[in-house]
Amino acid sequence: MRELMEKYPPSMESLLDILHELQDAEPQHYLTRDALRAVAEYLDVALSDVVSTATFYSMFSLTPRGRHIVRICVSPPCQLVGAESLLEILCAELGIATGGTTGDGAFTLETTSCLGVCGVAPAMMVDNELYGNLTKEKVVRVIADVRRSDAAS
Amino acid sequence: MQRARAHVLISVNEEALLAGAREVGLALNAALEREGLRDEVKVIETGDVGVAGRGVVLVVYPDGVRYGRVTCDDAAEIVREHLLKGRPVERLRLAATPTKTSVVSRRQARVVLENCGVIDPDSLDEAIASGAYEAMAKLLEARTPPADVTAEVKRSGLRGRGGAGFPTGLKWSFTAPGDVKYIVCNADEGEPGTFKDRLILEGDPHRLIEGMMIAGYAVGAAKGYIYVRGEYGLSIRRLQKAIGDARAAGLLGEHLLDSEFSFDIEIKRGAGAYVCGEETSLIESIEGKRGNPRIKPPYPGAVGLWGKPTVVNNVETLANVPPIVLRGAQWFRGFGTQTSPGTKVYTILGHVQNPGLIEVEMGTPLRTILDEYGGGVRDGKRFKAALLGGAAGAVIGERGLDVPMDFDSPKEYAAVLGSGAILVLDESASIVDLLHGILCFFRHESCGQCAPCRGGTAALVELSERIRSGRGTPRDLERLLSIAKTMQAASLCPLGQSPILPVKTAIDTFRGEFEARLVEFAA
Repeated sequence: MRELMEKYPPSMESLLDILHELQDAEPQHYLTRDALRAVAEYLDVALSDVVSTATFYSMFSLTPRGRHIVRICVSPPCQLVGAESLLEILCAELGIATGGTTGDGAFTLETTSCLGVCGVAPAMMVDNELYGNLTKEKVVRVIADVRRSDAAS
Repeated sequence: MQRARAHVLISVNEEALLAGAREVGLALNAALEREGLRDEVKVIETGDVGVAGRGVVLVVYPDGVRYGRVTCDDAAEIVREHLLKGRPVERLRLAATPTKTSVVSRRQARVVLENCGVIDPDSLDEAIASGAYEAMAKLLEARTPPADVTAEVKRSGLRGRGGAGFPTGLKWSFTAPGDVKYIVCNADEGEPGTFKDRLILEGDPHRLIEGMMIAGYAVGAAKGYIYVRGEYGLSIRRLQKAIGDARAAGLLGEHLLDSEFSFDIEIKRGAGAYVCGEETSLIESIEGKRGNPRIKPPYPGAVGLWGKPTVVNNVETLANVPPIVLRGAQWFRGFGTQTSPGTKVYTILGHVQNPGLIEVEMGTPLRTILDEYGGGVRDGKRFKAALLGGAAGAVIGERGLDVPMDFDSPKEYAAVLGSGAILVLDESASIVDLLHGILCFFRHESCGQCAPCRGGTAALVELSERIRSGRGTPRDLERLLSIAKTMQAASLCPLGQSPILPVKTAIDTFRGEFEARLVEFAA
């Protein structure tokens, strides 16, 4: 953890960068209590300052998430071409509600504001991969592919 | 170096990558190798070529033939048929309507995007070969007084391309005196339906860097920050590469180009907060804090990043600066209108034949953009409305199609022009549902700091849900308007001040559709 933090100078302006680093390094894609405490210590600020920033931004989580994060865009351009029904499909396929994590800890389903790839709407992100021109079939296939590659590794 | 007989440009942006652009590039090179054309034909990765939703897009020069939805197998066929035998593969050619007719006119209006889709964005050499850093070098060589640069930008009439069009030169001149100042580039493009800045960052990062350098030179700042949306992975990588290359070449850093002027740039990655597109929230976020907007005044020009005078400019605004410095204010005024000179970059989306990125002169009416560049409404349906400017945008009906789009048009157009998002809706779309989606977006993105916005955005969703589900009364419709109006008057920042725009324009233009959903009418 220390090593990741030391890539950045110990001042408040490094906070977002450090939080990104630590969250990306955590298999469950969240900021642990220990991580938040360590950051506060490294930056020499109050823990509440770190928590206050970490809870403001939608890309950070303070609770454990699945190994894979599925984020479907629900902004108007995607909605116009069917994102709402895709969200239902995803909920059914994964057996969870928005914001939930599957029992096996594989997937967390989130909604997101515009991903900026509206040219291929509707779109979603699985971890750092973008998927566009989504259809019901394609959504199901993407999830199946991730499951398969998980099983293989 | 051997001169290539033909060039194949492969458009590599986030969309193309997810359609397999890398693999197609490899397949192209492999096929060229097989046919012994490796020395004659050069494959170049470039930024966006102005076509969206068409998968992997290739442009073959000198013919100017555009191909869409190209697969690896197609790549081999293009090499065999087109590049070896000289017969374009008609099956893959993109429809002639948008490309053929508009390429010519579009070229003429390309200022910001002149290199996008033409050069390899990862190559400093190519950027320099097409004029990058020439403007900066010219200023340093001539020892131009910084005030003259600001004066020239003022004369050009350039207005901010992020929001409502504040004059850029004026903003620069308002920067308070001080030893330490900052240039901040706002690349936190979050308005739903816009991604013009992403495509500038991905297509021509050196232009932005140069724009920031010039701004720094003009106002006396030695440090710049680019605040990029956390979701824009490719943009961040390209910028990092470009900044690294520029530093290595002595174009950034201490005494750049062996002059007295020093300037360096750092990238700051956002973490998912729409409100950070507001300049003071963005500054708070760079400082590592919650992105809560500050009370203005003081404006960032007086009290900005770490309390120092700061210029915050949008990506597209800064990308306009180098050509203005190089070619002069008069040249720039040759585009657009008297009060809104220059061009504007738009993303056109939704129910259109050809979604994509376009750059046209300021003042071009929406109808021209829709018909000429967007190729009209898709599937032969009728135009119903356009949401102009994203969530904080205006709903424009048929009657608004012929209004020239510039910063001096009726207020509802002017305020939302900057983001450049044009979402087209055909007759099948529901305005009531569209507005509901917009209001849900605002509720989600309200930062919660000030009460009118925190409570107001929630109340708007509640009312709109009631209307949408057929339980609303005429009073609910009026309340929707009055709450949005109160928010406009009382909210701290543009987020809370914005819902009135979509609410008012949607209800004014399509009142009948809202009323049809109300209880009395439904019964």
